[in-house]
Amino acid sequence: MGYLPNIVFAIILITGIGYFTRNIQKLSRNIKLGKDVDTSDAKAQRWSNMLRIAFGQSKMVVRPIPGILHIIVYLGFVIINLEVLEIIIDGLFGTHRIFAFLGSGYDVLIASFEVLAALVIVAVVVFWIRRNIVRLKRFLNPEMKGWPKTDANWILYIEFVLMLLFLTMNAADLQLQQMDVAHYTKAGAFPISQFIAPLFQDMSISSIIIVERVAWWLHISGILLFLNYLYYSKHLHILLAFPNTYYGKVKPKGQFENLEAVTNEVKLMMDPSADPFAAPDENAPVPEKFGASDVQDLNWVQLLNAYTCTECGRCTSECPANQTGKKLSPRKIMMDTRDRLEEVGKNMDVNKGQFVPDGKQLLGDYISQEELWACTTCNACVEACPVSIDPLSIIMDMRQYLVMEQSAAPSDLNNMMGNIENNGAPWPFNQMDRLNWAKES
Amino acid sequence: MENELKVPTMAELFAAGEQPEVLFWVGCAGSFDDRAKKITKAFVKILNKAAVKFAVLGTEESCTGDPAKRAGNEFLFQMQAVTNIEVLNGYGIKKVVTACPHCFNTIKNEYPGLGGDYEVVHHTQFLKQLFTEGRISMEGGQFKGKRITFHDPCYLGRANNVYEAPRDLIRKLDAELVEMKSCKSRGLCCGAGGAQMFKEPEKGSKDINIERTEQALETQPEIIAAGCPFCNTMMTDGVKNKEKESSVAVMDIAELIATAEDL
Repeated sequence: MGYLPNIVFAIILITGIGYFTRNIQKLSRNIKLGKDVDTSDAKAQRWSNMLRIAFGQSKMVVRPIPGILHIIVYLGFVIINLEVLEIIIDGLFGTHRIFAFLGSGYDVLIASFEVLAALVIVAVVVFWIRRNIVRLKRFLNPEMKGWPKTDANWILYIEFVLMLLFLTMNAADLQLQQMDVAHYTKAGAFPISQFIAPLFQDMSISSIIIVERVAWWLHISGILLFLNYLYYSKHLHILLAFPNTYYGKVKPKGQFENLEAVTNEVKLMMDPSADPFAAPDENAPVPEKFGASDVQDLNWVQLLNAYTCTECGRCTSECPANQTGKKLSPRKIMMDTRDRLEEVGKNMDVNKGQFVPDGKQLLGDYISQEELWACTTCNACVEACPVSIDPLSIIMDMRQYLVMEQSAAPSDLNNMMGNIENNGAPWPFNQMDRLNWAKES
Repeated sequence: MENELKVPTMAELFAAGEQPEVLFWVGCAGSFDDRAKKITKAFVKILNKAAVKFAVLGTEESCTGDPAKRAGNEFLFQMQAVTNIEVLNGYGIKKVVTACPHCFNTIKNEYPGLGGDYEVVHHTQFLKQLFTEGRISMEGGQFKGKRITFHDPCYLGRANNVYEAPRDLIRKLDAELVEMKSCKSRGLCCGAGGAQMFKEPEKGSKDINIERTEQALETQPEIIAAGCPFCNTMMTDGVKNKEKESSVAVMDIAELIATAEDL
């Protein structure tokens, strides 16, 4: 019987990590549905981007209030998780505060965890107030109704409860240490929970032990549950922000990819020795589709972008189209891409790993033409994103599909393109008149 | 002081066996749009004054393909690009200057992949260099102390991280440079980019150029400075919409300098 807690702990741990691994495999399979893209260039810049933007949170502080609060939660997440290592060892081997041998170093660790936990609670409360009481505009766009709103609040509740459990566990532990209870090694400094400990003063030792144990078990179970919640939540960014900033765009923002499939066609057209009537080679691959109408037409970095998005809405709040009441919201572009990708993934799950056409696609069923044509390609959304997501590239790929595969450009744009084709300018002016300005006074 | 503009074409220089220091890529707006032509001429006046050996392509120039590409017509873009690159490479062009951030961005970033490698600078960068090299100098003169705000063109600023060259030039005018609440990397678009210039906007509560003009007017400027012919049109329309055209002028940086120099 003595080993029962250890066994239960091992089962919980293995189940938690097992499910998480399964989710990550699914995530990775879905991302790989995207087209391949070469990201082997600019390694030094990519590492530096990841260090600066993800580890260093450099873009978060562009907006100082949420930026600093976020840094607190981020540090709390990274540092308090050192404690999880101790909890796992204690849980598996039935030890208590196994790292206590670190002595004063341990005191510093525990003390800093406590201070961070308290700060995280403050930050989370402020975040909740910003979303639900102050009701900041960027949290109220139409795409934030329903699950996205619930999801955001759930994350805050879970973090709040986890921190509270951590402090309760420490407080009960401290009380037991002061009562010289066996097994409760005297270790750690408790700058925050020392104020909670007196609450347990009048309780019996066995009751305090129950409080301590319940808090301990709920804390670690909560962490494992939260880990498995990530895949279903916008909160995936805590993991994906790192690869996403690495794989993010390293070229100037104004540089849009030149489509290679088009380059090949153009070369053929410009080649005087090419035979326009030649029958295509029997072994020639099917000509590549121009642009994107569904998630499989996007590249895998764009799909990684979609899973990384934490729906903060900085992109949308900087978007000139959105600011002036147009339907376009760059955040919605990312959310739609993820939702459609998830739908495609679930389709594959029930069809033995094969996607069976479902009569739906990203274009039209999720993202409307009206949204796509409202974009000014100004890159404000790309600049605003704290984790290097590029909504603009998805908008551009879908415009390419509309124009080159569907000839579905707005008529004004067709006129403009007709002018460029016929006389080399977007307006109907003769190319031979290009230098007339030099002679006008 | 009305001087005849000296605008040599590449064909003329080539026939004489000469190479220009820089090719001035005028762009469609700069060639055809009545407002933008004034910017073109102002820039040429400065080039003439500084005795810069430049040339234009004239009738051999064609749209870079930028609006087609941003509209999604990659095919038309690459056809334009390949044709232009053939002309530029045929003349052995090494350096290009342009007063249009869209042409600037396209030639600088998107032409290399299609065989067109040039040093490309925006006219504000080029003008700044002329000052640095002492080839032009300027007294603040008529702009001394005037409140000027600069509207960052997206394809110069965010797209290519050029924020300081135009501002340095405004400072050289001894003017008071005032910044809008969203400027530089957070500057709001004028509403023309991404081929929006050539179509009606989607349904919304306001036009983008009006929003941006309001931000500019909040700084109480005497002049809204621009570095892009399309932004210029958008901001000019915005100022007219606000009935402020008698008190607030929209001017390109090149026009500011040409005016200060009394060219």
